[in-house]
Amino acid sequence: MMAIAQDRKIPAPEPNPETQAFWDAAARGQLLFKRCTACGELHYYPRAICPFCFSDKTEWTPASGKGKIYSYSVLRRGAPVPYAIAYVTLAEGVTMLTNIVDCDLDKIRIGQDVRLVFKPTDGGPPVAMFAPV
Amino acid sequence: MSINGRAYIAGIFEHPTRKADDKSLAQLHAEVAKGALEDAGLGKQDVDGYFCAGDAPGLGPLSMVDYLGLKVRHVDATDTGGSSYILHVGHAAEAIAAGKCRVALITLAGRPRAMGQATGTQPRNLGMATPDAAFEFPYGPTTANMYAMVAMRHMHEFGTTSEQLAWIKVAASHHAQWNPHAMLKEVVTVEEVVNSPMIADPLHRLDCCVISDGGGAIIVTHPDVAKSLKRPRVKIRGAGEALKHQMGGRIDLTYSGAAWSGPVAFAEAGVKPADIKYASIYDSFTITVLMQIEDLGFCEKGKGGRFVADGNLISGVGKLPFNTDGGGLCNNHPSNRGGLTKVLEAVRQLRGEAHPKVQVKSCDLAVAHGTGGQLGSRHGSATVILERE
Repeated sequence: MMAIAQDRKIPAPEPNPETQAFWDAAARGQLLFKRCTACGELHYYPRAICPFCFSDKTEWTPASGKGKIYSYSVLRRGAPVPYAIAYVTLAEGVTMLTNIVDCDLDKIRIGQDVRLVFKPTDGGPPVAMFAPV
Repeated sequence: MSINGRAYIAGIFEHPTRKADDKSLAQLHAEVAKGALEDAGLGKQDVDGYFCAGDAPGLGPLSMVDYLGLKVRHVDATDTGGSSYILHVGHAAEAIAAGKCRVALITLAGRPRAMGQATGTQPRNLGMATPDAAFEFPYGPTTANMYAMVAMRHMHEFGTTSEQLAWIKVAASHHAQWNPHAMLKEVVTVEEVVNSPMIADPLHRLDCCVISDGGGAIIVTHPDVAKSLKRPRVKIRGAGEALKHQMGGRIDLTYSGAAWSGPVAFAEAGVKPADIKYASIYDSFTITVLMQIEDLGFCEKGKGGRFVADGNLISGVGKLPFNTDGGGLCNNHPSNRGGLTKVLEAVRQLRGEAHPKVQVKSCDLAVAHGTGGQLGSRHGSATVILERE
């Protein structure tokens, strides 16, 4: 049985002064995370103050867009269409919450290689999702 | 300062309703407060500390202390989701030990069923000022799929199976058949669980807890107060709390906050998991139980699937009788917050007041543990160790 991922209405994220650059980059098709120049650690979701060392010397860093599925689940009841939520570990090492799209939902597997795609939202900037390579 | 032996649970009450169309939310809080005070043999005027969490209407304790007509000198509205009330037991013991109050009232109530809430499968937005909201809400995180991802990873790492998870529901149903108030009283089989509709892979409908109305209350007192009352005495021996989160993107779904709160509580009590005769373990989903049993140290990490199989959680059958009221999986889950009811059944077991069919023999030491929020992203964990005196 095939369960091809269907488009769903995606709620718009609301940028704020701390995250505006992230969403501006998303609109250009680029996924950013944060790197702390004081301690060298990467983090996601992005913050102004490093959650590892509390330095304010954090800088935006572009992701390559390559990743692997750490875990996932297809919600099959209670939503207008089934969809796959997932944690994807980026090649750079941070793990982010996302959706797996453009695929057969029944064939998603942990450890699968995925690539970045952007999907439009309901009146806001696009959001980063991933499709199997 | 240790809380070991510095406070007692003197009164408990569980609301019998499972669908409260005819009652207000505040009224449910008052009814459980009244019930627990009557159980203890205390009156409203004795209460000088009040504890509630996010289920309380209005401005938490401000609204509820007014509505209940209390005069208190200590309040605490710490909200760590469904684990709040187990954490409150520890906080109440701390406050009593520090002389801030002598009789603490903890209440929980909710009516999600009467309100027709699709609790488990609707993404919850706590407001766009929540720092994670913009980075998570668009992806549709719900209670069901955020717990399901933990189950999926556990299966991948450790070879845990759906049949093993199903045993947790089977054990709960064996207990619930004796509870006249339980929403689901029918004993189910492993096959029935794994053949129930898939909600969020790999969790089936019967891997999920019920959605119910109701509530409960707990009275925690100074030892001198407990000793003046006629009820069996349940001593608070130890408490631990922890918050686990995404750690800046270093996500590890293989353990829960129980790995931190559990050892703290056991150390304070000076006991080991092997000493525990009965365990109340938060059961929002079957995977929640499996993770907490491992993280509390009842079995090795990754071996929870084998540990829970073959009826090992069934009272009178297995090594670790759990949730003998039927738990959230079968009995109730008021306000979608199951922590308080975990304490209630632990107290019943220690008093020898559980249903005779599920009462654990010589039950003198119990644990109650809860997880609140999302096991797959950020959650509160609270553990208490209780002893019959």
